[in-house]
Amino acid sequence: MILTDDETAIAAGGHGEGAAIALRLVAESGRLLGADGLVPVASAHIDGCLYHGDSGTEFAEFLVAKGARVTVPATLNVGALDLLRPGNVRLAGGRRNMALRLMRAYEALGCRSTWTCAPYQAGHRPDAGSDVAWGESNAVAFCNSVLGARTNRYGDFLDIACAIAGRAPRYGLHIAANRRATVRVDTSPLSDALKAREAFWPVLGAWLGRTVGEDIAVIDGLAAHATEDRMKALGAAAASTGAVALFHISGVTPEASTAEAILADQFATVTLTPADVRDSRALLSTASGDAVDAVAVGSPHFSLDEIIALEILLAGRRARVPIYLNTSRHVLGKVEREGRLAGLTGCGVVPIVDTCVVATPIMPAAGGVLMTNSGKFAFYAPGNTGYAVQFGSLADCVESAIAGRLVRDEAGWQ
Amino acid sequence: MRQALFPGDAEGEVLVLAAPLSFWGGVSWETGAITNVRHPQMGQVVTGRVLVIPEPVGSSSSSAVLLELIRSGRAPAAIVLGRPDAILVVACLVAREMGWPAPPIVLAPDFRGTVSGRARIVGGVLDYG
Repeated sequence: MILTDDETAIAAGGHGEGAAIALRLVAESGRLLGADGLVPVASAHIDGCLYHGDSGTEFAEFLVAKGARVTVPATLNVGALDLLRPGNVRLAGGRRNMALRLMRAYEALGCRSTWTCAPYQAGHRPDAGSDVAWGESNAVAFCNSVLGARTNRYGDFLDIACAIAGRAPRYGLHIAANRRATVRVDTSPLSDALKAREAFWPVLGAWLGRTVGEDIAVIDGLAAHATEDRMKALGAAAASTGAVALFHISGVTPEASTAEAILADQFATVTLTPADVRDSRALLSTASGDAVDAVAVGSPHFSLDEIIALEILLAGRRARVPIYLNTSRHVLGKVEREGRLAGLTGCGVVPIVDTCVVATPIMPAAGGVLMTNSGKFAFYAPGNTGYAVQFGSLADCVESAIAGRLVRDEAGWQ
Repeated sequence: MRQALFPGDAEGEVLVLAAPLSFWGGVSWETGAITNVRHPQMGQVVTGRVLVIPEPVGSSSSSAVLLELIRSGRAPAAIVLGRPDAILVVACLVAREMGWPAPPIVLAPDFRGTVSGRARIVGGVLDYG
């Protein structure tokens, strides 16, 4: 690990104590990771603002007290509170206060109050090939895969340290040679009709994460069907079931004009079969029977297009169970300005911004069955909320919410 | 090869993780207990143990869980990693900046089996059995 003269001076306190703490954290972590030096970053996305005990708040306030400021544009991931609709979150007393102080401390460090796990749909889209320091597993996967910018999975504390230092350890996915695919996924046994289903994409992601773990895959045969929101769902699911930080789709993602363009010299080929898809889909549900007590969509936070799709499927009908719509304040602002919000809430949609139903207590504590079209919600909801899960398409979620019981179209999955 | 990833000396009862475990979503930041219902050691407590993690995995928010355990005095006595991993070490680096005593972390890729009993970490070297 070789630091430049500038970096050595910052670590010694030349730019203040806050900057020195951050640079030391980045450099020490880099040394452990085997980095040979630091790389300047163009932006950061910070995942440390979700409350997990008072120590995180104390660290953020410590950085503020030491005069630290981010030196690159930095967006914030979800916090534990909905700052625009505070009544949505049941967190109480001292914890609520510390969760709020944590969010305010990150703002005081100079981060933008985006409060979203989909910063890439709230105006933060780094250039292909640029080095950045992002946290939040789905955002990392999207940033690397769909935008072609370069980041490792920067976890809590290292993310803000990189943003203050303006640098990250030079290792892993910052290095072009480490971004090549070592697994080639053949999807030719699957029908176009299946690939065209929105719900296929999180199912594919959940399979990919379990199958490749930390490895990098290039997936063939999806060029006709890939959209930004589908790749978002794929990456979020893959980063939940595995440690996927980067995937390629041949003919679609920026580094994979063809599979050959991004394949490593040595690679394994895996064929995805209809049976694999059925198994992966089944694993996303943990509930049996036809009970549904709530629906949650928007992990990652829903885009405007996804909200319009929800609106069209609802068609003005009133749901019997709440539909929690998790999105960013950026996207919900557009929904409001377009005059769409009243229609949605009139149908029983409960908008949640700045946080989500799996990150903080929002849904009734009594528990029950949660239906979702998100692979990430399906993975984390049982552990984080105590709710059992039914996975379905967005249309299945809407029809189930209206019926007040499970309604799921099984055609085309067999 | 044995290497101190975070310095310090410690002693405690060994707890070898029998399956991969993410601290975030897997260990309670309030009690130090293993809470992942799919984990074979569900209910065991990491506090005060020489925690051997042959296969570090998991959420990058695991740093936050370990930092909270350090602050509340519920951290493992020491952590032994089967391969280098920065996520838990970052929590110790942050604790050091905050002035909170943090457990040593050593790298011991050759640590195998179901060792029990007490172990010591002295000068970055793990001594057990």
